[in-house]
Amino acid sequence: MPPKEPTLTRPLRRSFVKGLLGSTSFWMVSGHSHWADALAQEAQKPYQPTFFTPDEYRFLEAATERLFPQDQHGSGARALGVAEFIDRQMESPYGHGDNWYMSAPFVQGPANLGYQLPFVPRDLYRKGIAGLEAYTHQQHGKVFADLPLSAQEQILTALEGGSVPLGDIPGRVFFEQLRTNTMEGAFSDPLYGGNKGLGGWLMLGFPGARADFMDWVNQDGEAYPFGPISISGETA
Amino acid sequence: MTKKHVDAIVVGAGWAGSILAKELTEAGLSVVMLERGSERATAVEGAYPESIDELRGAIRKRLFQNLSQTTVTVRNTIDQTALPYRQLAAFLPGEGVGGAGLHWSGVHFRVSPEDLRLRSSVVERYGDKFIPEGMNLQDYGVTYSELEPFFDKAEKVFGTSGEAYKVNGKIVGNGNIFDGDRSDNFPLPAMKDTFTASTFRAAATEAGYHPYSLPAANASRQYTNPYGCQMGPCNFCGYCSGYDCYLYSKASPNVNVLPALRQDPGFTLISDAHVLRVDLDDTRSKATGVTYLETKTQKEVSLSADLVILSAFQFHNVHLMLLSGIGKPYDPVSNTGTIGRNFVYQTITSSRIWLPPSKYTNQFIGAGGVGVAIDDFNSMNFDHGPLGFVGGSPVWVNQAGLKPIAAAIGTGGGGTPRWGSAYKGALIDTYKHSIGVDAHGSNMAYRDVYLDLDPTWKDAYGQPLLRMTFTWKDNDIRMNQYVVSKIEPIAKAMGATKANLVHLNAGQPFDTRHYQTTHLGGGAIMGTDPQTSALNRYLQSWDVSNVFVIGSNAFPQGMGYNPTGMVAALAYWAAYHIRTTYLKSPGPLVQA
Repeated sequence: MPPKEPTLTRPLRRSFVKGLLGSTSFWMVSGHSHWADALAQEAQKPYQPTFFTPDEYRFLEAATERLFPQDQHGSGARALGVAEFIDRQMESPYGHGDNWYMSAPFVQGPANLGYQLPFVPRDLYRKGIAGLEAYTHQQHGKVFADLPLSAQEQILTALEGGSVPLGDIPGRVFFEQLRTNTMEGAFSDPLYGGNKGLGGWLMLGFPGARADFMDWVNQDGEAYPFGPISISGETA
Repeated sequence: MTKKHVDAIVVGAGWAGSILAKELTEAGLSVVMLERGSERATAVEGAYPESIDELRGAIRKRLFQNLSQTTVTVRNTIDQTALPYRQLAAFLPGEGVGGAGLHWSGVHFRVSPEDLRLRSSVVERYGDKFIPEGMNLQDYGVTYSELEPFFDKAEKVFGTSGEAYKVNGKIVGNGNIFDGDRSDNFPLPAMKDTFTASTFRAAATEAGYHPYSLPAANASRQYTNPYGCQMGPCNFCGYCSGYDCYLYSKASPNVNVLPALRQDPGFTLISDAHVLRVDLDDTRSKATGVTYLETKTQKEVSLSADLVILSAFQFHNVHLMLLSGIGKPYDPVSNTGTIGRNFVYQTITSSRIWLPPSKYTNQFIGAGGVGVAIDDFNSMNFDHGPLGFVGGSPVWVNQAGLKPIAAAIGTGGGGTPRWGSAYKGALIDTYKHSIGVDAHGSNMAYRDVYLDLDPTWKDAYGQPLLRMTFTWKDNDIRMNQYVVSKIEPIAKAMGATKANLVHLNAGQPFDTRHYQTTHLGGGAIMGTDPQTSALNRYLQSWDVSNVFVIGSNAFPQGMGYNPTGMVAALAYWAAYHIRTTYLKSPGPLVQA
């Protein structure tokens, strides 16, 4: 087992804090306990989605938790804030497909020639969730989030395998979008709303923004001894 | 409208463009460098800790080409409809000042000497019948000994760390025994081995191979290059590939060339300037300048010049030649023309080896250029006779810093779960205890693999997209399978608990959805015959003698090594001949 990591506090830099708050003075004079309290308070308020409707958001929370469940290995998608992450991403340039080539005509071809739909991530989620809920209702007479976990897993397995029709969108395409964004939400810097408490990084032993390993280039297979730190200076 | 006249225009602010601009201003020329992307400075883009952000960096691809403006179309075979490459995945061209030289990893090879004369070498050993039907195997038209001074110069500019085998014919160290002779040692000692690299080194030795340290343009010590540009020592933070190095440890045009160049009054850099075409005179044998779009104002500007250097990314160079009417477009049916001919890639697969749970591989620790490789199955270093294929692969551990999102997206598949609890367990085990081993191989050129203009899709500026016709061919698939099979004894010697050796399968088409490599090549190749090459051996267009085209577009086939070192050496080679011969008497350096 790796040695238990020491609790580290480090001076917060101006640049750490600017990205988070837009005001530096409060954090510069605050001690670590204030910081942690503020984060904890923030964490208690349930996140209000901006892009997703409440029903869509319930689906997203349930589906991402199945893809990345709470278990003996550590936090699941719900505890990590994966749905919040995805909602925030929908409002970012990425959600609008800002660096995708989106010129017509849109011609479908072999899968190995890549994505050819006229939809950006926001469209994929709106249409994908609607399609999957319609399928779920038809099969089970309920919404996805109200199904037993085993039924949810069956639906996601079918979606991954390509046997769930979603109208305009091939089921596999929606599955891959959801899976990719789930993993991003579990493991990106907490700046973006996911990886809460650095739970994703703790699971993997990834030390986050430390970015200086001069003393651990080769320690003959010993685990790196320090826990993660985020860009904003949060430690686990 | 013609704004003004300069001696030379350089298109693209990556490695090739920065080197040419430096050399031409040193020769006293006025030089304007045009870059379609934005200005980039390490103090801004590389600032810690914002730069240490996987989502913003490698995942959302902040330093890469914005496909919404321009992309390519791709098809596997001539009878298919090519479709747009709408999302960055298989390959990742750069954009902005520094180009792909800002986001690269830093593996800084020279070339296997026999790769420069691969056709001659294969024919000498195995006869010309050994070359498969439809393979356009060609020599570069330049030899290793001619290029050696320029490899040496590039290493000194890049601050490259490595261990030599032979210098001036004398064995000096534990370097790559297959390397060509060197006139000098590396400017910096080799980077330290990560735990995975030293594990690979020991196992490869035990398996009877000849491991060596990858030459890395990641500085093992503080360094000041011949231009007075400074680098700091690399701390193995792991943010090279896809990032702007916050420590000034990874060589880039931004750190190693541009700080000197920007001080030269003869040099002007114009960013946000997308070159639409090279302007030619009525004879179509002389360039008069270029026309570009100021992307911020959408104004078209024509700039006249005596000399035009195309030094954009590989396929953008070919695209500009086709859009401008430089040379004759390649036609695979009649097998005539040269622009777009010999489009090549590399044949790369990544395998994974798991160590016992007591061993932590700390894969987040690393640097883009570091690692340990073997060349026993690269180039002409082994007997191809009984194997019946051309080409080869180095095999290496190149722990560049594996970050969690990339690891999570990549784990699973091949029959193992890609989500759920079993997936999480496998992800954690793989992240903590495994080693990645790559076969980073060559890719040959074929008559029906090429670049041309797409008939349907256009870029944001109304110009036709470039069309790629590319797929994996039997020769390269069999090469990959053979080399990957040689990883097995290494895995055994490592004490692996499990290994997943990944190779291409017969008939497998090229798939644009997954990252393979950005090492695209060819399409405007150098050579000795204007019927089969776009450029002469000085990278000068056979057709328009005041246009030189610098980049991996000049490679007649894809080699097993990473291309940047070869591109830099060819850039210095071409610049030397422009300075010493061309400028005194402009015109073709080789008579067609």
